Amino acid sequence: MTIATAFLALLEDRPQHGYDLKRAYDQHFGSDRPLHYGQVYTTLAKLLKNGLVTVDGTDGEGGPDRKRYTITEAGVTDVQRWLAAPEKPDQYLQSALYAKVIGALLTGRSAADVLDVQREEHLVAMRELTRRKRAGDLADRLICDHALFHLEADLRWLEHTTTVLDELAGQVRR
Amino acid sequence: MSALLVAEQLHKTYGTTTALTGADLAVHAGEIVSVMGPSGSGKSTLLHCAAGLTAPDGGLVTYAGQDLFALGDVKRSAVRRREFGFVFQFGQLVPELTALQNVALPLRLDGVARRVAERRAAGLMDRLGLAEKAPARPGELSGGQQQRVAVARALVTGPKVIFADEPTGALDSVTGEQVMDLLTDAARATGAAVVLVTHDARVAAYADRGVVVRDGRSSSRAGVR
Repeated sequence: MTIATAFLALLEDRPQHGYDLKRAYDQHFGSDRPLHYGQVYTTLAKLLKNGLVTVDGTDGEGGPDRKRYTITEAGVTDVQRWLAAPEKPDQYLQSALYAKVIGALLTGRSAADVLDVQREEHLVAMRELTRRKRAGDLADRLICDHALFHLEADLRWLEHTTTVLDELAGQVRR
Repeated sequence: MSALLVAEQLHKTYGTTTALTGADLAVHAGEIVSVMGPSGSGKSTLLHCAAGLTAPDGGLVTYAGQDLFALGDVKRSAVRRREFGFVFQFGQLVPELTALQNVALPLRLDGVARRVAERRAAGLMDRLGLAEKAPARPGELSGGQQQRVAVARALVTGPKVIFADEPTGALDSVTGEQVMDLLTDAARATGAAVVLVTHDARVAAYADRGVVVRDGRSSSRAGVR
């Protein structure tokens, strides 16, 4: 998802000023990365140029914050296209964790230690996310849950790999 | 600060099955410690030994400076009743008793008069948001509600350590989170330590730190030394 797409979704909801768009973006899409004003106005300028939004009014002195933007039919089509196309699932085939296990086995170091250290690092991250989740609203909880489920999947892989290390070592050294 | 509960070099064998081969665990007052490990790793046996429920074949369990298994059965039972609370995977509530009577049970077993015990249990259930479940019998409650009543039962004596063995193992993820929120909030509020045995990393993430048990031994992060 690009900033432009997020803006179009926000503008399909209702026409908005640049400042309101930034605030709504930070709330719904920004997570830990709030937008800079520069990004807001560059994005709006691009959307205007491409005919996906129009300016439907200007309040007061007419500075950049005073323009009210409205989505066009072409913009609505863009939102529809974005939502209808599924995201490509990540294949997770280039695993840094797997590479380290192989690295340890090839060099005669302890792969079990590599897995133990990684497990602890993952658990520390999960504890931090759990604290944040418990202090947050439903949106925060769902964002943290997404991260927690992925880290949990990594941990299951770490645990599974621990149980087959001897067999893997045999294959690597063959 | 010295640990409140220390299990050192525990060994335990059931028949031909070796459950613990030198497992360690240390718990400080007020901290929440997770014990993780694959099934059959010995994590539940470690909890049972540390809680004084099962005698290890070798090793030492010290609670508040006293050797738990050097105490006689009567004294050790008294420590368990007054100082420890227990939450298991399936609430293990007494089906014939109401939720209120179940929560009051540890006090009754310790000789507290029924009216006093039930008044304390009712106050606790109220604080935990369980007041309206007080008259229900376990069979009338959902799994999550039963487990929340079990958490209240574990807390009613004001324990110093709560032992929770897969407390969310029979629950869906949302209900499990509600039980974990209740358990950890209540433990923090009362200053109780929690030993949390789980195979679920998302449950373990509620803890302050974790110990991993594999093949009957704890990871080096068991915190004993």
